[in-house]
Order: sequence, then structure tokens, then C-alpha cells
Amino acid sequence: MEHIELFFKSIFIDNMVFATFLGMCSYLAVSKKVSTAVGLGAAVIFVLAITVPLNWLLDQYILQPGALSWLGAEYADYDLSFLSFILFIATIATMVQLVEIIVEKFSPSLYNSLGIFLPLIAVNCAILGGSLFMQSREIPSLGLATTYGVGSGIGWFLAILAIAAIREKIRYSNVPPALRGLGITFIITGLMAIGFMSFGGMLTGGDEEGLKEGDPVKVGVSAPDSEKELANNTKEIN
Amino acid sequence: MGLKSNLHNLKEKYKGTKMAPAFNALHTFLYLPNETTHNGTHIKAADDLKRTMNTVIMAMVPCLIFGMFNAGYQHFSALGAPVDFLSWDAFYIGLIKVLPLVIVSYGVGLGIEFIFATINNHEVEEGYLVTGMLVPLIVPIDIPLWMLAVAVAFGVVIGKEVFGGTGMNILNPALTIRAFLFFAYPTWMSGDKVWVHGAVERTKEIAAGANVDAISGETILGSLAQGHHIDYSLSDMFFGFIPGSVGETSTLLILLGALFLIFTKIGSWRIMLSAVVGALVMGLIFNGVVSSGWITETSKFYTLMSTEFWHHLIIGGFAFGVVFMATDPVTASQTNKGKWIYGFLIGFLSIMIRVFNPAYPEGVMLAILLMNVFAPTIDHYIIQGNVKKRMKRLKVKTA
Repeated sequence: MEHIELFFKSIFIDNMVFATFLGMCSYLAVSKKVSTAVGLGAAVIFVLAITVPLNWLLDQYILQPGALSWLGAEYADYDLSFLSFILFIATIATMVQLVEIIVEKFSPSLYNSLGIFLPLIAVNCAILGGSLFMQSREIPSLGLATTYGVGSGIGWFLAILAIAAIREKIRYSNVPPALRGLGITFIITGLMAIGFMSFGGMLTGGDEEGLKEGDPVKVGVSAPDSEKELANNTKEIN
Repeated sequence: MGLKSNLHNLKEKYKGTKMAPAFNALHTFLYLPNETTHNGTHIKAADDLKRTMNTVIMAMVPCLIFGMFNAGYQHFSALGAPVDFLSWDAFYIGLIKVLPLVIVSYGVGLGIEFIFATINNHEVEEGYLVTGMLVPLIVPIDIPLWMLAVAVAFGVVIGKEVFGGTGMNILNPALTIRAFLFFAYPTWMSGDKVWVHGAVERTKEIAAGANVDAISGETILGSLAQGHHIDYSLSDMFFGFIPGSVGETSTLLILLGALFLIFTKIGSWRIMLSAVVGALVMGLIFNGVVSSGWITETSKFYTLMSTEFWHHLIIGGFAFGVVFMATDPVTASQTNKGKWIYGFLIGFLSIMIRVFNPAYPEGVMLAILLMNVFAPTIDHYIIQGNVKKRMKRLKVKTA
């Protein structure tokens, strides 16, 4: 049940693109065609599914305050969390390199169409964001970390898939010249985020803190508040 | 000299100038145009787009008139001095509350359309006729008019005009307007005070020290989400004598509108049918969860989950959304197979949002918006599937 809940949350409620607006660069740049978007989305799912659990292990056994206690009692006081950025990004860069080699070997056409964006996954904020959210939301187990990675990847995949299909559709629209290209894409993203707000506050009743059973459910949470809550939603799981 | 020839003279006089589209639009709105539309997806009869739009409006008029009666009826019942439903008193209150909504919605929306048409030098498009009618029907009766104006401006400019006008938008403009109101002014769009005319003022009076009873006009979904039980009978819910947005309460009249739209082949029966099926399936799943005892009675989802599955169809805005907004030919799925998937997911998701998200009891609005976002994706894969199938057939034939 825990897994299903976290999975659902990371896809829809804490969607990487629409709730936290992460990974926008490749989301905007590679969403002109559905087929390329699917390729990149799959790559992001794959990388997130590997890096989040790996970084969870790093975090749990090296970086957290007191994580080194498995080496012996004298190491229990060490706090290496200042290293997390550099270690996380190193893991991610390695994994992206691996994905690149695999894709080049097995699907040269996808490799060509992804072009420069594949190496750029290394600096895709959604990937690093996944690891950092995992750390800050204190996801309790390796299995949940994997679920979180896969779920966030799928959420990002759905977002880029939907916008690629929309951009293919509006290719025939008479968009004002000043807005063509990126301008209209930003507007579409904003409108899509309104659609995705339907999930905001789901499962928690819109108000997770201090809500006792029997209390009247607060109706109509104001938007900025609920966005802040969204960012911290997964914390409430444990 | 009649009005018609006057208008015609004006039209001729301004031909070729910047203001021409405005006069053209006025002329063709009031009188038959001399030409029919040349292109577009709607070609299957000699109707032009205006005719299509007018048909939808005709389907909505009963809901509007019923909404006026209901507004007054709810107002007086909440004040504790009930009047007959079909009385002049009830209608009068409804008229003076609903008519301004209609006027503001059309005034602001069409004004923006005229400005854009003049700037871009194209004809005024008819798309706003339906949106402008939908908007007053899906807002609470006491919404301040300036909020409505701001939301309409947002919906028409950002939701439609930046994409190039009618037929190009990705989200239903009426729903964009409602979603904007919902997220920007939540206190005026939800809660137990906004659905009945006078409830907000009464609250203010009490706050100011007046010695009167508080009145409340909670919608059925709102009170269910808070775990209360409702004391409306099924026939009240079906005929629409309940608080709610102006035009969404009467399932009977919406059903009539649906039949009219299906008969004139303007609304898609596939979407309506599959949405109803989707809602029933989700409702049955929730009923199953309750009857198998997976969820305790103390859970905050219990009341909504244990609602009989088919009651979901007649409470809240489900019927109205599915009939008049999910079937919007622009933002819905365009392929026939896609329409089944699209409709089913709308029904499914709207009941799910209703139950799991008590902050947003109006699940159907957000479900339709969400599926608007995914409709192009559905279409893309349906079309790709068809292409593949035909390629295979071609290969078999030529081999």
C-alpha cells in the first residue's frame, strides 16, 4: 500500500514538471515530436530508476550524520552531508554515460535523434531533483526509493509525452508570431499545470497537518499554500 | 429602411477598413450570411459554424431558465420563507442575479474577440457564443461580477486567443475560466456560503451584529465530503431542486439537452456514454471497497465512497460537464476510438477526484481539463495504430 501511494503521488501529485517545474530545459527543447519525446522520457525513467536508489544507499551509508557508524563506533560522529551534491551528481553523470553507451549500441536512430540532449540528462534538474527530494523527504527504504525514482520518471515521461502531442497538434494553429515556439509552449505548460492541479492535495484531503478525524475538511486551499505543501507531501508518508 | 439594410450599408461602408470584421460579425449574427463556411472539421451539412453554436445554446437554454427559478427558490428556502418553485418571486430573484452574469460573460468575452479580430484582421469567430453561455451556468450565483470579468478575460486571451482563436485551443475555454476562478478566488467558488444568493451577505450581517439566523446552502457534494448526511430526496436531486452552480442542478433538463445534441449530431454520444460508464465503474469499485470492509467508517473518504454508485451521476456538476463540456469538439479526442477512451477516463477520474480529494468536490471540471491535456496524446496513438494496421494490410495485398 505504501508503495502504491508513493508511486501514485510521485507520478501525479508531485509531478516533476507540473508541481515543481523541474527538468524544464529538455522538456521544452525535445518536445517537438512525440517519438523523440518518448525516447527522452524513457531515458529519464531509466536514469531516475537507477540513480535514486543508488543515491539512497550513498545517503544512508556515507552521507547522513552518523551514517558511517557501520565502520566502527569512532566514526559515528561524522557528518558528510556537505558532500551530497558532488556525490549525487557524480553518480548521475556515471549512469548517464552508461545509458548513452547502451542507447548508442542498441538504437542508433534514437541516439541520433536525441543528439546532445542525452549527455544533457546529466544536468537535467529533474534527475538531481529526484535524488535531492529523496534525501530531504527522508524516504525510509531502498524499495521505496526505487518506487519514487520510477514514479517521478513516469510523471516526467507523461508530461513530455502530452506536451509533444499538443505541440504536434498546434503546429497548424495560427499562433500570434510573437508567441510562436517557446512562448506558446510555456503558456501550454501553465495550462497543463492547471489540469494537473486536480491531484493537488489528493489522499491527504488538502490539509495534512493537524487534521484530526471528524474535523471538517477545509475546502478550497489557496493555491500558493497547497503548492508549498505539495513540495513536502511525500514526507507525510512515513 | 429597416435595421437589416442599415447594417448592410454600414458593412459596405466599412468594407476594407480595420473595423470591417466588427460590423460583419454584427450583421451575420442578426441575419443570415450570404455565404457558408469554406472549410473546417464541421462540414457534413449546409450548417455554418454559427448554426452549430446556436444549436448548443438552444440545448442549454432550459438549464438557464431552470437555473433562474432555482436560484430564487433556494434563496427563499434558505431564508426560511419558502415560495413556490414556479413563482414570479423566485424567477425575479434569479433573473436579477443571473442576467448580469450572462451580460458580463458575453460583454467581456465578445469585446475581447472583437478587439482581437480587429487587430488580426480576421472575421470575428463564433466560438465564444457557446463559451459565453456556459460560463454563467457553471459559476456560483453570488460570484462578484468583476471576478467573472477578470476570469473571462483570462480564459479568452490565454485559453483561446493566443492559440489563434476558435478551433485551436487545447483546453475548453469555459472550464479554463472556471478553473481560474476556482484557484484564484477559492473563497468565492467553494464552501457552504456561495451557492445560495444572500448567504454571504447574511454572514456579514451576523458578523456586524445583526440578530438573524445564519443560513447555509452547502452543495450535496460539499456536505458529503465533510461526512454529513444529506436530506435531499432522489427526485429533488434528479429534477434539480438543490443548491449548486446556476445551471448544473437539473439532471432532467441536462438529459433533454443531451438528447437534443445527440439527435442533431452535434454532441458526441460516444463521449457521453463512455463517461457515464466510466463513472459507474469507478462508483462500483468504491462501493465494493466499502462493502468488503477495507475501509473503516471513521475514514474521511467513507461517506463519499459509500454513496450509491449511480447517485454520483445526478449530484454535482457531473451530468452538465459530461454533456456540454466534455463533448466540446475542439478539445475532445478527435478519433472515434479515442473518444471512448477519453470519455471513459473523464468519468473514471471525476469520481476518483470527488472521493479522494475533498478539497475539490467538483471533480468533473478538473477531470475534463486533465483529459483535454491528454486528448492529443490519445489521438496520436490511435492514428499511429491505424497507420500501422493499414501498412500491414498494404503489405499483405502487395506481397
